[in-house]
Amino acid sequence: MSMEEKQNSQTSLDFNQNIFKPTSRKEIVEIVKTCYRKNIPLEINGLKSKNKIGRNFQSEKTLDLSDYKGIIDYKPEELYIKVKAGTPLKEIIGELDKNNQQLAFEPNDFGYLFSGQSNSGSIGGVVSCNFAGSRRFKVGSVRDHILGFQGINGKGETIKSGGTVVKNVTGYDLSKLVSGSFGTLTILTELSIKVLPKPETSKTLIIKNPHLKKALDFLGKALSSSTDPSGGVFYPDYFGKDFVLNDLTHDGGLTAIRIEGPTNSVDQRVNRLSKELGLLDQELSILDSEQSNIFWSRTKNLEVFKSLKSNLLRIVLPMSETLQVIQKLKNFEIKYFIDWGGGLIWASFDQLNTKILSEIKDTVKKHQGYITLIKVEEDLKASADIFTIDPIKYKISEKIKRSFDPKRIFNPGKMYTGI
Amino acid sequence: MSSLQMPKVDNAIMSKKDKIALDLRRIINSKNVLSNPDELRPFETDGLTAYRQMPLLVVMPETVEEVSQILRYCNENKVKVVPRGAGTGLSGGSMPLEDCVLMAMGKFNKIIEIDFENRCVVTQPCVTNLAITHAVQEKGFYYAPDPSSQIACSIGGNVAENSGGVHSLKYGATTNNLLGIQVVLMDGTVTKFGGKAMDAEGYDFLGLMTGSEGLLGVITEVTVKILKSPEVVKAALVGFPSIEDAGNCVADIIAEGCIPAGMEIMDKALTKATNDYSKAGYPTDAEAMMIVEFDGTEHEVEAYIQKTKEIAEKNNSSSLKISKSNEERLKFWAGRKAAFPACGVLAPDYMCMDGSIPRGKLAEVLNEISRLSKKYNLPVANAFHAGDGNLHPLIMFDANDKESLRKCEEFGADILKYCVKVGGALTGEHGVGIEKRELMCEAFNDKDIQQQLTIKVALDPNSLLNPGKVYPILRKCAEEGRVHVHGGKTKFPDIPRF
Repeated sequence: MSMEEKQNSQTSLDFNQNIFKPTSRKEIVEIVKTCYRKNIPLEINGLKSKNKIGRNFQSEKTLDLSDYKGIIDYKPEELYIKVKAGTPLKEIIGELDKNNQQLAFEPNDFGYLFSGQSNSGSIGGVVSCNFAGSRRFKVGSVRDHILGFQGINGKGETIKSGGTVVKNVTGYDLSKLVSGSFGTLTILTELSIKVLPKPETSKTLIIKNPHLKKALDFLGKALSSSTDPSGGVFYPDYFGKDFVLNDLTHDGGLTAIRIEGPTNSVDQRVNRLSKELGLLDQELSILDSEQSNIFWSRTKNLEVFKSLKSNLLRIVLPMSETLQVIQKLKNFEIKYFIDWGGGLIWASFDQLNTKILSEIKDTVKKHQGYITLIKVEEDLKASADIFTIDPIKYKISEKIKRSFDPKRIFNPGKMYTGI
Repeated sequence: MSSLQMPKVDNAIMSKKDKIALDLRRIINSKNVLSNPDELRPFETDGLTAYRQMPLLVVMPETVEEVSQILRYCNENKVKVVPRGAGTGLSGGSMPLEDCVLMAMGKFNKIIEIDFENRCVVTQPCVTNLAITHAVQEKGFYYAPDPSSQIACSIGGNVAENSGGVHSLKYGATTNNLLGIQVVLMDGTVTKFGGKAMDAEGYDFLGLMTGSEGLLGVITEVTVKILKSPEVVKAALVGFPSIEDAGNCVADIIAEGCIPAGMEIMDKALTKATNDYSKAGYPTDAEAMMIVEFDGTEHEVEAYIQKTKEIAEKNNSSSLKISKSNEERLKFWAGRKAAFPACGVLAPDYMCMDGSIPRGKLAEVLNEISRLSKKYNLPVANAFHAGDGNLHPLIMFDANDKESLRKCEEFGADILKYCVKVGGALTGEHGVGIEKRELMCEAFNDKDIQQQLTIKVALDPNSLLNPGKVYPILRKCAEEGRVHVHGGKTKFPDIPRF
């Protein structure tokens, strides 16, 4: 009998406590089975870095997975790492660093937004929220890097899908379905994640430019060029001063485009791209690897919104629509920046109420996008829909929810009423 | 070929064939409902030609509304439906059932929109994979996933099977290159998952549908990402004195931080067979041969090719050739892509397996296959998408000899079980279909399978959409068939495979 099995067999659950902090899968199974039997809803937490995202909901008990952690298996040459879901992202990144590897989807660190300092959360939380960083358009989202998982469904049954190999079409791809499900379908226990080598060099072209229209034009051209960029953002004038670096003394609006890869190739592509974009020396700064990494880390961490009091929206839309949407949203007091080469707007609103929110939602919907309310004032949060959904998809979501969690005990109502 | 158990035939439906045909002719143009045996025969099988079954009827809808109405009608009248794209699948996913309406999507064959600004193409599902690239290549773009049958396979079928290809190591499979789909569920509901934006909110139904093998919905529209074509593409052809050396070379290339666009290995048997067949200039004296391809900017490709050279030499490479032109590069691939017909020359029949394994287990698995080959006294040739661990052994046998066929099936099942045992998967890219259905319990336990079946029931409560596929019917791990080719005659002999 292994150590864990020994521990597991000794479990006896004290169900009177309100917060469970399991260290073994056996305990989690026991907790879920009891909740299933007694119809008790559970709030599921990792390191609470993103637990304020989502609707408020009532739950009698909390399942805190922060002690269910550890790296189970890391095979750099096979390009995967298998971890327990409560493992801090920081620990995983630290381990990958030793082999010069990375999680290419560079997930956002919401700690700066919610608590003024870094809290990148647990890997289970990262997968459950599926918020990917600036490389999104090149490498995909978090869900594209999940090779397989093990989880506990709402009846307390241990289920798995996928595995540790990249090519696998055996059965439904449930790894996709649980990614971004905000803990409403299954309690993730183990995750197998694809890892990739870190690029040898990263350089960033900073174009001094305050105009969104021009910025989107630069980004569109860059993303359609064979120079293969891996990041593209636009910060308006009011955020320029947040990015003063050794090689960047300009403090106004800027467009940034990242190029990564082998050093000589990066230099070649940086030169080519600046020519293709017709840039003059005086409107251009180029950040070396170190500064480039700082710049993109600040972007990933949403540091321009550090300790923002309230009202941050995440707007995903086809990049062709971004200009028009921003122009319409300027009717409100808005501060924003653009990521994903034009396909993502992070927007803060000083004044936000139900009426304004509904206008914003209509605008974005008309332009084939959707909105997630990341941080909003409590009274608005109580009355507004945090996530967007249409009636047909709601009906399908309800059925899928029931197929995993028939008694709705996992994070009930966190995404939508009734789910 | 051993008989294959399919869901129980509904005699009530069989007896109502004429009535159902009549009803369907009221829903769609009557000439698009086929009912006489001569018309049905072309639909009796897909790329897994060993299994044949005539459907009850064939319908060929022309609009989404028609698809929706047909499905609603079939759902209300408890008629099974099997969707079909181009019919090139290798696992029997669109093999008809005796009492089914086969929904042939062939009339959905138009590209709807090419959107360079958002770098995507919106298309109907029966447009071929390659036609998408053809539609955008004048502006230097392409669609990345390239299953070898891309000249004929449909994009809707690619979505249903989550097709891969030789370049999926760097660019991912279908699921990583999709932005949205329009789907009709069995109850007739029409909905869209995703669109032109990079993400969609809520549960990832796009991800769920991709690779669901036609069990959850009928795909009526697909939006795919397109990429700018790389500036330079070069390939290296490397010979090795042993399969271990080749395997180690693959592991070292990955460990060095190089991600090639494609990395293929063939064993000596297949190298010789394909070289004889296509005169590709392969090192036929080598025990293993590797094709490794890099794409990107000139400097980048040069740097990676140089690194590959060093790594190959360190791993005892016996020969190394770098492509000097695009023609030469394509010649390197020509042999590899002709693996099917080349094997057809060697034996009356062969079966193609599709296991997935950790890269580091290559030598171990190939040694096991070679041991099994001796045990069953059947020759085998191996092709391998080495970069992403996808193995395609071709077992040679004689279908006219029942004992040879039985041994071949056992041999195939043993290989797949071994793939699972070393941490791999039953299928890397061909899908489960009817072919590996009964082996699912090698990879999953009852609870895992039950969870998947519960999802199926949630969306198709009467289990009418493509039943009898993917999930075990026998509830035991029977050893069923593989892609079986007799006398080199596949359904589409000219299409490159895997």
